[in-house]
Amino acid sequence: MTWEEMRPLLEQGTVDTLYMVLWATVVTIVGGLPLGILLVLTDKGGLLQNRPVNKVVGAIVNIGRSLPFIILLIALIPFTTFVVGTFIGPTAMIVPLAIGAIPFFARLVETAIREVDHGLVEAVQSMGGSIPTIVRKVLLPQSLPSLVSAVTTTVIVLIGYSAMAGAVGGEGLGSKAVTYGYQRFDTTFMLVTVVVLVAIVTIVQLVGDAAVRLLARRGRTA
Amino acid sequence: MITTSGLTKVYESRGRQVTALDGVDLHVREGEVFGVIGQSGAGKSSLIRCVNLLERPTSGTVTVDGVDLTALAGKGRRAGKDLRRARSRIGMVFQHFNLLSSRTVQDNIELPLEILGVSGAERARRALELLDLVGLADKAKSYPGQLSGGQKQRVGIARALAGEPKVLLSDEATSALDPETTRSILQLLRDLNRQLGLTVLLITHEMDVVKTICDSAALMQKGRIVESGTVAELLATPGSQLAAELFPVSGHATGADRTVVDVTFHGEAATQPVISQLSRTYNIDISILGAAMDTVGGKQIGRMRIELPGRYEENVVPIGFLREQGLQVESVEDPHGEGAPALPLQQHVLVKESAK
Repeated sequence: MTWEEMRPLLEQGTVDTLYMVLWATVVTIVGGLPLGILLVLTDKGGLLQNRPVNKVVGAIVNIGRSLPFIILLIALIPFTTFVVGTFIGPTAMIVPLAIGAIPFFARLVETAIREVDHGLVEAVQSMGGSIPTIVRKVLLPQSLPSLVSAVTTTVIVLIGYSAMAGAVGGEGLGSKAVTYGYQRFDTTFMLVTVVVLVAIVTIVQLVGDAAVRLLARRGRTA
Repeated sequence: MITTSGLTKVYESRGRQVTALDGVDLHVREGEVFGVIGQSGAGKSSLIRCVNLLERPTSGTVTVDGVDLTALAGKGRRAGKDLRRARSRIGMVFQHFNLLSSRTVQDNIELPLEILGVSGAERARRALELLDLVGLADKAKSYPGQLSGGQKQRVGIARALAGEPKVLLSDEATSALDPETTRSILQLLRDLNRQLGLTVLLITHEMDVVKTICDSAALMQKGRIVESGTVAELLATPGSQLAAELFPVSGHATGADRTVVDVTFHGEAATQPVISQLSRTYNIDISILGAAMDTVGGKQIGRMRIELPGRYEENVVPIGFLREQGLQVESVEDPHGEGAPALPLQQHVLVKESAK
């Protein structure tokens, strides 16, 4: 394949990958953030200590995390079809991508929020703050740098997952690499695709790190 | 202003029960600075955290400004609306300041006002006023990470005062600070106590804190209040451990046939030159082995350990003279004899006069 032939494929693949990853990230944050918070609050000694809820949510998250993504992808086909109307194409792929990443992200959120000094929670309790106030004004703002870092890691995992999704009817760079690089034995194209993926991952990591630095500059000590 | 009665807190950990508070009755009067002192593990921290119910007492009641907080608490772990409202009227400062690093100094002080639902303009006005009060008017836009320990605690105090509380709880507020900063923070608390009529309940393990600003003090040991009262009352109590620690005196008899007594000065007698009067009247040589005198609450009070020649029986008359002057005299028996190493005072045997 010449560069002129590769370019439209790479461009379309990049656009599809970014589209899938972007929306899957949004859904993952919307779903994973509350789950992570719930895991912390319902844990032993937490503000909403509740063993049964904590055990059940914890178990679901663990199961979600231990399933290989490729299995999840196939197992979710009926659900994806139900939600989107089809199970192929970039829009359909958002569903398994998000469901695969939510448990992962939830654990990262849990770890980030656990790092918040309990003294700050007590201080706000002593002011008469309610639990929603504590979450909104203490837990989330104080763990923001860690949360941004968790989002960065999740986006990168989603880019990896999206390449895999290419193998089962998704679009994007992964799908292009499989169709043109692997099945047509075009090693050059395969390598170029990999380079593009590496570039995307690097940019995401750099942007994420810069954001964390910016947030952390305010000084972590209080 | 603050009353606890029969306050008990039992922690359960791995099937073992640990009693942190064992029937604590505390009474803090309006407008006073009350210090609770004790070693770590004595239950002070549990006590102060029970006062605003950050810690739920196992039994007993807490009343602050006429409101029975324990009645507001309800059954669950979560603080209901009534308890949260009551808490907002009790300020609290912490050993490690507990400021939000993600917020500026001004925003930290505005936080309790946000919780109270005060409007933005009013919040800013109050916060700047409070910053001025604690002497940090120029730090409004700084982040806590840019401040020194003493400045952080000033912000902590300003934040605690934002809700215009009548009561301030201080949980080892100066324990993480150096001696000089400690003094300035204590001075600030004292000023606030006087200016705003703020009732302050503080816990500390530093006797100096009690000595510097407290009107009243209580000693905690193993979850119980073992002594309690105004500083003058404590000093007037024979055998008071708190008085002994507030005014520590040490020293041992320089030989056999000596009488060692602790003389406690409080009130009028402290202004009289009694020791030299004693020496002249009875023509005896008196050695001062140790002394701790101070001015507490505008009155000179303190203790002195003196040595008189001869055994106790021979000194009944001079000791009687001291008592006539309104001083309290306790004989010190030194079980270790001459040359024994100096020990913390509570390990000495203090023989109360009434027991003789």
